[in-house]
Amino acid sequence: MKTLNYITLFIFATTIAVAQKPVPAPKQTKSVLIKNATAHIGNGQVIQNSYIGFKDGKITLVADATSSKIDVSKFDVTVDAMGKHVYPGFIAANSTLGLVEIGAVRSTNDVQEVGKIIPNVRSLIAYNTDSKIIPTVRTNGVLTAQVCPRGGRISGTSSIFSLDGWNWEDAVLKKDDGVHLSWPAMVTRGGWWAEPGPVEKNKNYDNEVSDLKKFFTDAKAYSENEKVDEKNLRMEAMRGIFSGTQILYIRANGMKEISESIFFAKKMGVKKIVIIGGRDAWMVTDILKESNVSVIINRIHDLPDRPEDDYDLVFKLPAMLQKAGVLFCLDNSGDMEQIHTRNLPFMAGTAVGFGLSKEDAVASITLNAAKILGVDAQCGSLEQGKDATLFISVGDALDVISNNVTHAFIQGKTIDLQNEQTEMYNRYMKKYGK
Amino acid sequence: MRKLFTAIALFGFVFVNAQTTTFQVNGAPDNNHNYYAFTNVKLYVDYQTIIENATLLIKDGKVVQAAATVIIPKGTVVMDMKGKSIYPSFIDPYTTYGMPEIKKAPWQPGPQMENNNKGAYNWNQAIKPETDAIKLFSADNKSAEEMRKMGFGTVLTFNKDGIARGSAALVMLGKDKENNMVVNDKAAAMYSFEKGSSTQDYPSSLMGSIALLRQTYYDALWYNGLIDKEEYNIALDAFNKLQQLPQIFETTDKFSAVRADKVGDEFKVQYIIKGSGNEYQRMDDIKLTNAKFILPLNFPMAYDVEDPVDALMVTLTEMKHWEMAPLNPSAFEKNFIPFAFTTADLKEKKDFWKNLRKAIEYGLTEKAALKALTFTPAELLNASTKIGSLKVGMLANFIITSGNIFDEKCIVYQNWVAGEQYIINALDIIDVRGNYDLLVSNNAKLNLKIEGDVEKPKAIIQLNDTTKISVNLSLTNSIISLNYNLKDEKGVIRLTGSVKETPVSFSGKGQLGNGDWINWKANLTSAFVTSTVKKDSTKKQMPTLDDVLYPFNAYGSTKLDSSFFQKFMNRWNALIIKNVTVWTNEQEGILQNKDVMITDGKIVRIGDNLEVPKTVKALIIDGTGKHLTAGIIDEHSHIAISNGVNEGTQSSSAEVRIGDVVFPDDINIYRQLAGGVTAIQQLHGSANAIGGQSSLVKLKWGASADEMKIKGADGFIKFALGENVKQANWGDFNTVRFPQTRMGVEQVYYDYFTRAKEYQKQWDAYKGLSPKDKTNAKMPRKDLDLETVSEILNNKRFITCHSYVQSEINMLMHVGDSMGFKVNTFTHILEGYKVGDKMKQHGVSASTFSDWWAYKFEVYDAIPQNAAIMYALGLNVCINSDDAEMARRLNQEAGKVVKYGNVPQVDAFKMITLNPAKALHLDNKTGSIKVGKDADVVLWSDNPLSVFAKVEKTIIEGVVYFDIVKDLELREQIKKERARLIQKMLMEKNGGAPTQKPTPKKPKMYHCEDLENYGDMFSEDLHEEEEQH
Repeated sequence: MKTLNYITLFIFATTIAVAQKPVPAPKQTKSVLIKNATAHIGNGQVIQNSYIGFKDGKITLVADATSSKIDVSKFDVTVDAMGKHVYPGFIAANSTLGLVEIGAVRSTNDVQEVGKIIPNVRSLIAYNTDSKIIPTVRTNGVLTAQVCPRGGRISGTSSIFSLDGWNWEDAVLKKDDGVHLSWPAMVTRGGWWAEPGPVEKNKNYDNEVSDLKKFFTDAKAYSENEKVDEKNLRMEAMRGIFSGTQILYIRANGMKEISESIFFAKKMGVKKIVIIGGRDAWMVTDILKESNVSVIINRIHDLPDRPEDDYDLVFKLPAMLQKAGVLFCLDNSGDMEQIHTRNLPFMAGTAVGFGLSKEDAVASITLNAAKILGVDAQCGSLEQGKDATLFISVGDALDVISNNVTHAFIQGKTIDLQNEQTEMYNRYMKKYGK
Repeated sequence: MRKLFTAIALFGFVFVNAQTTTFQVNGAPDNNHNYYAFTNVKLYVDYQTIIENATLLIKDGKVVQAAATVIIPKGTVVMDMKGKSIYPSFIDPYTTYGMPEIKKAPWQPGPQMENNNKGAYNWNQAIKPETDAIKLFSADNKSAEEMRKMGFGTVLTFNKDGIARGSAALVMLGKDKENNMVVNDKAAAMYSFEKGSSTQDYPSSLMGSIALLRQTYYDALWYNGLIDKEEYNIALDAFNKLQQLPQIFETTDKFSAVRADKVGDEFKVQYIIKGSGNEYQRMDDIKLTNAKFILPLNFPMAYDVEDPVDALMVTLTEMKHWEMAPLNPSAFEKNFIPFAFTTADLKEKKDFWKNLRKAIEYGLTEKAALKALTFTPAELLNASTKIGSLKVGMLANFIITSGNIFDEKCIVYQNWVAGEQYIINALDIIDVRGNYDLLVSNNAKLNLKIEGDVEKPKAIIQLNDTTKISVNLSLTNSIISLNYNLKDEKGVIRLTGSVKETPVSFSGKGQLGNGDWINWKANLTSAFVTSTVKKDSTKKQMPTLDDVLYPFNAYGSTKLDSSFFQKFMNRWNALIIKNVTVWTNEQEGILQNKDVMITDGKIVRIGDNLEVPKTVKALIIDGTGKHLTAGIIDEHSHIAISNGVNEGTQSSSAEVRIGDVVFPDDINIYRQLAGGVTAIQQLHGSANAIGGQSSLVKLKWGASADEMKIKGADGFIKFALGENVKQANWGDFNTVRFPQTRMGVEQVYYDYFTRAKEYQKQWDAYKGLSPKDKTNAKMPRKDLDLETVSEILNNKRFITCHSYVQSEINMLMHVGDSMGFKVNTFTHILEGYKVGDKMKQHGVSASTFSDWWAYKFEVYDAIPQNAAIMYALGLNVCINSDDAEMARRLNQEAGKVVKYGNVPQVDAFKMITLNPAKALHLDNKTGSIKVGKDADVVLWSDNPLSVFAKVEKTIIEGVVYFDIVKDLELREQIKKERARLIQKMLMEKNGGAPTQKPTPKKPKMYHCEDLENYGDMFSEDLHEEEEQH
């Protein structure tokens, strides 16, 4: 009875909504039990027939329905998800969601600030909770995103958001989680986008590195002084990198850039290092493991760099890192990255086609992402005490033909899965009488 | 005599061949009509006629006699050339000798739509056939001397700038006045596909250059036919006048050689093709051109591959080309294609001989090499009665050498240009190179090594295996001086002495660091061994034409292994996929556990437990648990295209053809085969309202461009609407070209279709005339742009239109209805769901992205349910890529249609197979698994719409072009081949050969909006926007 009511209410509430953009959800007031679903925990484990309960925004119960006796009546709402799948909310690491609305329209672009070394610039306050793109991403199960500034050498500081909220203060999951550094490329290319010039060794590489060295050395010394004569905003923004409260994210793809940047950061006294990009990470797995550095793999829906490369080199990169024992997660950065954030599950799915196990693939966009971003205490897996950020899909959420999210919860809040696109769909199907 | 000659050589006198001249002479004229006789010489009268002990008699710059027995007239200067050889001097048919430097005007913001040169010139700045090299020619002795040293006497020179480059002059390399150096003032007409210094926007792509040249031929033809010239055009006038000359076309790769030849064929012009050096990679196609070639000897240096990570940047193509490039000339010889050599394209001219000898090492015969240096260039330039051999009456252009010119030790002594002597090396120069025992005073023997060039020997003292001391050596006639420092107490030791011959030895006086005088001598212990690379005593394993990969890229195969060539080898005459789930795309839907049989490239049977007749050699593929589908057809692709997908410089570029620039070596062909793609429409970009003509190809990896093209396919053309066409995102400078609004886009169409109708009327009227009336009537000008547009009106060409917003979609259908044409396909069509009913009525196909949106303002309303809505309305819906990466996952993209719009799986899969086949009018040949259709099929590991599915085999017309098992073998082969080549390069480097640093090559991926600026040497940072679609 309650189950039915819940679903009916849910659907009713969304169809009568006139607003194109879903309304941010109110706080969870009623406890919810999802029963009989195949639960993908996020840590590699699966419970074929599960109980997942949550209350006041936190997961209170994770159990095997076949072996546990649960008093169902203790929950205000029960969702019978027999034959369906429940997942922790997918996490989009290294995204720019909410910073760009329309790629080609400059006025909607807030992703790249002027300046070369600007760690003090923060994505936190530019994140637009009202972006029309965000609801379309949630519809596919992506419920959390790290939002990052781009450009320059040190681009700024990112924050992590739940993809629901009235404003950035409301939506933020972790403020200022880390500083983003673009490691200088050892090779550069001249020309312009339509006619790329020859790629040459970056003659400025040594200068770029020594500039970084100077800044890091100064910032490190500065960070050791609690009472500075005059505040330096840039160095101030680096304190967490040296104290270990913040992560240094280094964008590097080449084998040499990856290893050199890790040695550099270690030498500079950086506590937590994450590589973003990692195209050649498979060549340096030993270094990554020894230095305890994890990798956010850039969009695997990408072509290999060299004609000789295996056609599936990028597709199978996750499986290669998994096998080597390197902690990694997937991202979706690249061309049109905001809108493609909704395809993150299918990148994990593609990795399955090329050697990664399904549950490892789930981990690569849930618990592993949470661990890498330092939010695994809050989210990333279906475990007791964590945020109830999770969703139900009719079928395998990693496959395009079966990803069909019927319920989603962010910190227990019931998320409206409609978006402007589903609204337009309904509008025109109605127009055509279909 | 000998002494006299030496004296002359020493004092630098030259024999002057005086001619009658219009010039005033300052002082007494030094006219000299003496005979000169070269006796006892081995005389190469031409490349195949050699006379031993011959006499060459010359006078007044011409050959008087060249024979075994010659009666020497009185008053002849006789030179005994015993042991020496005389060759006709060489001819370089492709130089810019004595030409001014080409300067390009600085870049200006904003478009340049017309020729910037004031005057009655051509509309296009790159068409300058009026350029007359002889008027620009100014002799340059420094370059001439460099060429003379290499044995050249005559060169063709021209102004290397533009597409039609004007006439070239054939000139000699003497020091005399320009007036006396000209063999032929108009010796050839020159062409290329590069616009050079032209600052005009058009053409910006290779296909644009080709179209411009084609149109120029038609314009010149029309211009010729004008009765009273209402238009005077310097360029067209000159263009026509140049047609009787040899026509030389410069190309920059093997495919462009074929492209140039095809343009020539259209106008019955057989170009002489200046090659690029990689022709051996497609010799069959090169042979089909029937062209004669001018070949450079620009063999690449080995790459520095010591760093294994940097070495990854060197492609297999580059490595193999490094190894195989010296094979190019012999490939021409073996295929009986006439060719001449040029010093063009060499970074260092001095490498010419080194490389030519390398080519000989790789199988070129010396006779063919000599022919390519003398006879053939003379013949190509219609000058074989004057140069290229030493027959009576011909120019006395010859060289005197110590022996066989192709011998590494050969010394060129003199180069005679038009009877004028240029000394290169003294005749009695002593070759002191070799290893010596150097004895200074009573000290221990030292190992003295003299190497380098005969005329510039260099010396070292080899102390032990690893230590050598440099020695300053100078040699003047028979006096040698040596300076060295052994870093001991003796200080710098200075020696001087005389040289004795046979065997060479030195002896003389010297002074030690302390001032003590000593005696010294050096005796030859072993003769000089040429070449820094040590010749192996074992016969080197030389690559042959059999080692060429098709295509010449990673994952290419030799002819013996290539899938494409396999079909000719009759390896199988049938292929059976057994017990497989068949997605037929026909009424039967999905069939379980069926066998599909393929013969002669067609699907012949679908059934249960098909038996293979014993006479049939069948390849049997087990399909248990797998899925067989029709091959994926990408309606919107930009892969496998050379140098630009957009000729977006004008509102209409209907005249350009993607078919002209198909690039069969693109690695993306292989990668897309690995994604199950079998056929694509190669589309022009979306930068202008009327774009260029499409090309429909199957992804036959290893085949030529012609073989890839789908025979009998209908013609298609790209149209485009919206932001790209109105240059909305092109920055602040591009606000000039019409149109800048959607309002203007409509008018472009009305304008062109109205004009196309007028154009057609003119031609219909002309064609309707009686033959007699025709002779008096003026033939209309053939306009390739309007002609293409009129093909649309005649249902001979079909539109694929890039489109997003409903208003403009509606507009184009209205233009079509009122002008009498149908739009065939709206591609991208992201707001198709808003006007699907109208589209259904118009009868247009829709080819869309599955889920792209918000990358620019006009796609902010795009929804992933678009395909599903249009499908629900009964439209023929396709899912396209416009992206080299996504094209290899089109199956997933079709899967999204199931996800977002609940379209049945069978119908969703048709959106990437049968439906694009319909949109491209290919559904009678391909697009479904049906008996009688082409066997274009894909074997999948799983449900083909799933992200988990992998392609196991991709088959086109019965040939397996991708096989997941063979792929692993190819990877292993590539690894081994690279390893072998890297070892070889390292050996070369250790042998002292120069190497080049590797630089990574990222091939360009084209999207709709990408602009190329082909042939533009000075690229500017015009746009820095991200790639758009």
